[in-house]
Amino acid sequence: MDIIRMKNVKKTYKTGTTAIYDLDLNIKKGEFVFVIGSTGCGKSTLIKMLYREEKPTSGKILVGGIDVGKIRNGKVYKLRRKIGVVFQNYQLLQNSTAYENVAFALEVLGLPKSEVHPKVMKVLDLVGLKNKAKQYPNHLSGGEQQRVAIARAIVNGPKILICDEPTGNLDPKTSMEIMEVLEAINKLGTTIIMVTHDIEIVEKLKKRVVLLDSGRIVKDYKEGEYKK
Amino acid sequence: MKTLRILSRNIRDSFKSVFRNFSLSLASISCITITLIVVSVSMILSLNVNNFTSLIEKDVTIVAFLKTDITEEETDKVYDEIITLDNIEKDNVEFRDKMDISKEMMASSETFKSIMKDWTREESPIQDTFQIKVTDINLIHKTAEEIKNIKNVDVVKYGEGMVEELVKVFDVIRKVSIAIVISLILVTAFLIANTIKITIMSRKREIEIMRLVGASNINIRLPFMFEGLTLGIIGSIIPIIITIYGYNALYNHFDGQLFTQFIKLIKPDSFVYLVSLILLAIGMIVGMFGSIRAVRKYLKI
Ligand SMILES: Nc1ncnc2c1ncn2[C@@H]1O[C@H](COP(=O)(O)OP(=O)(O)O)[C@@H](O)[C@H]1O
Ligand SMILES: [Mg+2]
Repeated sequence: MDIIRMKNVKKTYKTGTTAIYDLDLNIKKGEFVFVIGSTGCGKSTLIKMLYREEKPTSGKILVGGIDVGKIRNGKVYKLRRKIGVVFQNYQLLQNSTAYENVAFALEVLGLPKSEVHPKVMKVLDLVGLKNKAKQYPNHLSGGEQQRVAIARAIVNGPKILICDEPTGNLDPKTSMEIMEVLEAINKLGTTIIMVTHDIEIVEKLKKRVVLLDSGRIVKDYKEGEYKK
Repeated sequence: MKTLRILSRNIRDSFKSVFRNFSLSLASISCITITLIVVSVSMILSLNVNNFTSLIEKDVTIVAFLKTDITEEETDKVYDEIITLDNIEKDNVEFRDKMDISKEMMASSETFKSIMKDWTREESPIQDTFQIKVTDINLIHKTAEEIKNIKNVDVVKYGEGMVEELVKVFDVIRKVSIAIVISLILVTAFLIANTIKITIMSRKREIEIMRLVGASNINIRLPFMFEGLTLGIIGSIIPIIITIYGYNALYNHFDGQLFTQFIKLIKPDSFVYLVSLILLAIGMIVGMFGSIRAVRKYLKI
């Protein structure tokens, strides 16, 4: 079953730049997909359309059964609750602890403290940060900060996790640790789409790889097919 | 339950935010405070003016003196013409016969009695009168002129300017204060909008994360609305205190009347609380209005 379907998707920005041309892409539930390609080829644009940060100019996008191009602004939050997003720069609240950063994602949805606490502790455990719950971001390493961000993205149990260059600021060893966390999350059933520049990681993990060039998919490697 | 939780979270956050940007919040709060003090003063003033003008209106009478040689038929005609006028209380036009007036005057003083006792209807220099009450005291001058123009009306007299002048002065004060209040409210709303804008800017990341994790729009906007509301409420505290204690002190100082016994002040009992409630409402509305403006403009969802 496809959790994501993109058909004839085109994206032209207001500036006139067309970032995505006639793109077709289907992703199955539970898959782990890398999206690679040179800078400016449209990777971020592609995933931004999935969580409706950008609207497709034409074509159809279905995410978990929701027609992303058609939902009204006031209903976007329903889509966002099905999707977790992680960025290169972590996007943590500097004045909140690791725990508070993760809990924030549940509190703003109106969950009671009694439900927030066990969920937060569970994901902090999953990313291996249970003993750093009370630390503030500036006392955590880059890898640890990214793990907090991942915990925050998955605490509400989304079906899909989208990562835009999550290891972009990390050294190779720390990057591999992050990948282990992502694989563990994927094993629990979450579909993962990860944009990256890091060819080493892509080669090592042997997942499906979508290669983008100038807004078009030029190659769609099956698991294990991709070689440098 | 869920709504309640979100609500209490928002209220807590709005207070936090007010104190986090304290210097900025202080500017907004001071502005609301000043505005509401002016509102309070002008409201107390105009409500009091309304009160005593309506009291005076009840008492002010136009007296139309008829020509001495008037016949009964002609008198009836004058009456008919008076009651066609706009600004008069139609069932409160009273005819007073000159002989009745003489009798009254003679009863009130021996001197009058000795002079007047032999006057016949024809000889008497006293004139028949109509006593007329108006509905709107502001138009009394015009109405008096109209009555004067009626045939066989000799002279018209009424409250003689003093009351009219006083009402005019208070009316001008009231209009000026309304203008001041409106402009102050606009400035305040603008300042609040600016405060909220800064808050929105300073919480950009928080907003971004809220959007990302699927907080609904209302949920994202609510804290900023609450912040405006909080500013409005805090800003109305001092004006309310001033209103309650100030008006009570004023009332007691003047013993409930201003200059003359004609001008009675409104009793402070429930009046000050009514005014306070209105101040609080205005503070809240201005606060909300300012934050809605800022949210519309700077919080694109
Ligand atoms: N918000 C935007 N407005 C206009 N052009 C944009 C915007 N975002 C990206 N672009 C353009 O779209 C193209 C693809 O950008 P992007 O998707 O960010 O590429 P990548 O993530 O692969 O580096 C680039 O040419 C970029 O300049
Ligand atoms: Mg990018």
